[in-house]
Amino acid sequence: MSDYILEMKNITKEFPGVKALDNVTFKVKRGEIHALCGENGAGKSTLMKVLSGVYPAGTYSGEIYINGKLQTFYGIKDSERAGVAIIYQELALVKQMSVAENIFLGNEFAKNNFINWEKTYSEAEKILKEVRLDVNPATKIVNLGVGQQQLVEIAKAISKRAELLILDEPSSSLTEAETENLFQILRELKAKGVTCIYISHKLEEVFEIADSITILRDGKTISTDDKNDINEDIVITRMVGRELTQRFPKKTNKPGDVILRVKNWTVYNPEIPDKKLIDSVSFNVRKGEILGVAGLMGAGRTELFMSIFGSYGVNVSGDIVLEGKPITIKEPKDAIKYGISYLSEDRKRYGLVLKQDVKNNVTLASLDRVSKSGFVNDNEVIRHTNHYVSSLRIKTPSVEQKVVNLSGGNQQKVVMAKWLMTKPKILILDEPTRGIDVGAKYEIYCIMNDLAAEGVGIIMISSELPEILGMSDRIIIMNRGRITGEISSREATQEKIMQYATGGR
Amino acid sequence: MEKNVNLNTNVKIASTSSLKDILRNTIRNNIRQYTMVIALLGIWIIFQFLTKGIFISPRNLSNLFLQSASIAILACGMVLVLVAGHIDLSVGSVVGFTGAICAVLMTKHHFGTIPTILIALGVGILIGIWQGFWVAYRQVPAFIVTLAGLLMYRGGVLGVTGGKTVSPMNDSFKAIGQGYLPKLTNLPFHDTTALIGLIFMIAYVIFEINKRKSRIKYGFEVLPMNLQIAKIIGGLIVIGLVMSIMITYMGIPYAVLLLMAIIIIFTVIAEKTTFGRYVYAIGGNKEAARLSGINIRRVNMLVFILMSVLATVAGIVYTARLNAATGSAGANMELDAIASAVIGGTSTLGGEGTIVGCIIGALVMASLDNGMSLMNLGVTWQYIVKGLILLLAVWVDIATRKTAT
Repeated sequence: MSDYILEMKNITKEFPGVKALDNVTFKVKRGEIHALCGENGAGKSTLMKVLSGVYPAGTYSGEIYINGKLQTFYGIKDSERAGVAIIYQELALVKQMSVAENIFLGNEFAKNNFINWEKTYSEAEKILKEVRLDVNPATKIVNLGVGQQQLVEIAKAISKRAELLILDEPSSSLTEAETENLFQILRELKAKGVTCIYISHKLEEVFEIADSITILRDGKTISTDDKNDINEDIVITRMVGRELTQRFPKKTNKPGDVILRVKNWTVYNPEIPDKKLIDSVSFNVRKGEILGVAGLMGAGRTELFMSIFGSYGVNVSGDIVLEGKPITIKEPKDAIKYGISYLSEDRKRYGLVLKQDVKNNVTLASLDRVSKSGFVNDNEVIRHTNHYVSSLRIKTPSVEQKVVNLSGGNQQKVVMAKWLMTKPKILILDEPTRGIDVGAKYEIYCIMNDLAAEGVGIIMISSELPEILGMSDRIIIMNRGRITGEISSREATQEKIMQYATGGR
Repeated sequence: MEKNVNLNTNVKIASTSSLKDILRNTIRNNIRQYTMVIALLGIWIIFQFLTKGIFISPRNLSNLFLQSASIAILACGMVLVLVAGHIDLSVGSVVGFTGAICAVLMTKHHFGTIPTILIALGVGILIGIWQGFWVAYRQVPAFIVTLAGLLMYRGGVLGVTGGKTVSPMNDSFKAIGQGYLPKLTNLPFHDTTALIGLIFMIAYVIFEINKRKSRIKYGFEVLPMNLQIAKIIGGLIVIGLVMSIMITYMGIPYAVLLLMAIIIIFTVIAEKTTFGRYVYAIGGNKEAARLSGINIRRVNMLVFILMSVLATVAGIVYTARLNAATGSAGANMELDAIASAVIGGTSTLGGEGTIVGCIIGALVMASLDNGMSLMNLGVTWQYIVKGLILLLAVWVDIATRKTAT
């Protein structure tokens, strides 16, 4: 038997007019964790879709061998039968069904089409133990956190006796602790002989978990190396195809006077009205400052700023003082009017109207500015959109392109443009670089610095500590609905931030 | 994703280079609209053969336009409702109810035509506010609110008419559904209709020229001059053909004139007003719309008010055409209106749809009714064929969409 569990040879996949994959070769050794890296659009997802049979045999050229045997997959069922399981970035669970039902969805324990529920639940319990998920198998998915849902996906893959597990950006919505837990489980699976392909933008994680690393760029294989033979800088250089001297641009902004004060801000959970989510939080933001907000998932960062923006929480109390004047915000409309904008962490769900084109998305929050007595001036719409397309360097063939066809980084820039067009004095950015590639990240950072230099007060919520350290002028750290620490960027270290974030001192 | 973008970039570069590519590009981008128009023309040609040349005659097509008017009016409102992500099942009952109110006011209480229409429109607005309140401010799904409405207003129809046929209407009221624009001279063709056609043509040319001028002023790309002229001539031919059908028969019916005005007004609302853009945004992604500061409740409320007002207008046209109100008037019209909108490319999931599309959809439905009646096919077959066409149209739409993206 061959050393390689998977060999993909000379894979070429063309879409009309474009080669998405150009003679790609990709080999994975049995029992290893193999990272697949590349910018958005490099061809990672396409390659995995070829592997899983989403693109059926015949629509691409090249050969796939699993355990040395040539395979032809015409659909996902075929690849599953060969032991391949994919866990997508956007989890594919039925939210209204239970954990056990989801694990065995499509592979039910059934006799004559009648489901054996006792066996379903007892088997589910066993598998949940393997992934160390301590929940009742009858719990509905909707009641689980994202990290737990991911574990259910892994449990599902295990239940199918998958030999080759593919994880697409698994940690993009996990906390550090959840990521650590995920890694632990991956290592245990590895010890049991399961091979894993790990797709990620986060190079720290890649170097922590992977044994070898393959880099794709523009649909071509650039290199495959043992982790110990390369380092982060080399990987980044190969991914972007150019020397990236710095991951963060030089700071040009100089914080000025305090522009926003928030005092004794308290918010209760809308689902459990007697549970305090945010407990008497006070902070301020200066003109032209980038204020980093760090904390673990569930610390209340998003809830704090969404409630300030007027779109979350019940029994909200506390004071907001903007430029010395106390203001009241009841709904997002009010916040936008006062010059406070909030870029959500989930651009597809809360930021974009995917079916609509770039110009409609960019102008959505400030249509009144391009309208006269309720009538929209299309030419003004295009003019403003063109302005942001060129100033934010949004890569789109035209302003009439539907945003669903843009890459993640460009979609994020479209949302950014939407909020910039509202002329904010305070711009709240919630995970502004989540799920976008290194090059686009750098561009977003430059935009943030430019805005700060123009005097906008920027609040950046981020779960990536290097980003917090590299971009902020000042950092506040939250834990369980309170601010547990504030440090200037000069004295900040990852260790200090983690200490505050975990509630220690 | 990135791949698509690159692909389209190539197309765009090509589009500035040659005439052929611009044409190909326009056809590709508007393939859905074109398929609908081609399907409609196909249906007409088939009926032309099956009815041995009766179908495509000025007389029959004029009647067809007149018959489709009330459904088409409903469909214009239904597009907005569906685009916003809702549905309105009550419109058939609203047609019956408001029609019944008109009939009773005129026959039993001897109201004049204008006060009758104003009262009916008032009732329509109240119905819209009632339904909009439950949908927008009490978060009850529109399906339920309007299903309840379907039952309640049908009860209203029976209460107002006493279950009997109420007739006749005032002559001036009747004219809304049956009358034609009067002729002024003795010319061998219908002069006033020709005049209106001419006005439409001039307005269209001015509109195109202004649009081009303003795009040039802003420095945007415009069509090459020869294509621009070809486009204008094409538009003029379409207007000319539609109007000549009516010019050579009895002229333009008031109902069709009313429908044309509604088409123009609602196209402008949907495409040129902030309200229209908000409707599409809410249907496309409600959360993103809310976080962009859009007052979703107010927009939803207005959508339902507009729908009920249009249902009232349709009720007036329908009652005027039949010259009577009956207990079953308007029944099932909501289904025809929804089918018209959907055949015309409106998504039942919200966020997508056009007014022009729903008019073509309404013409498809009316053509099927009309053609099969001319062939003396029974109601049995009319229902079956209409159902199959609806299914087929949506399938073609889904299939072409897949290849397009």
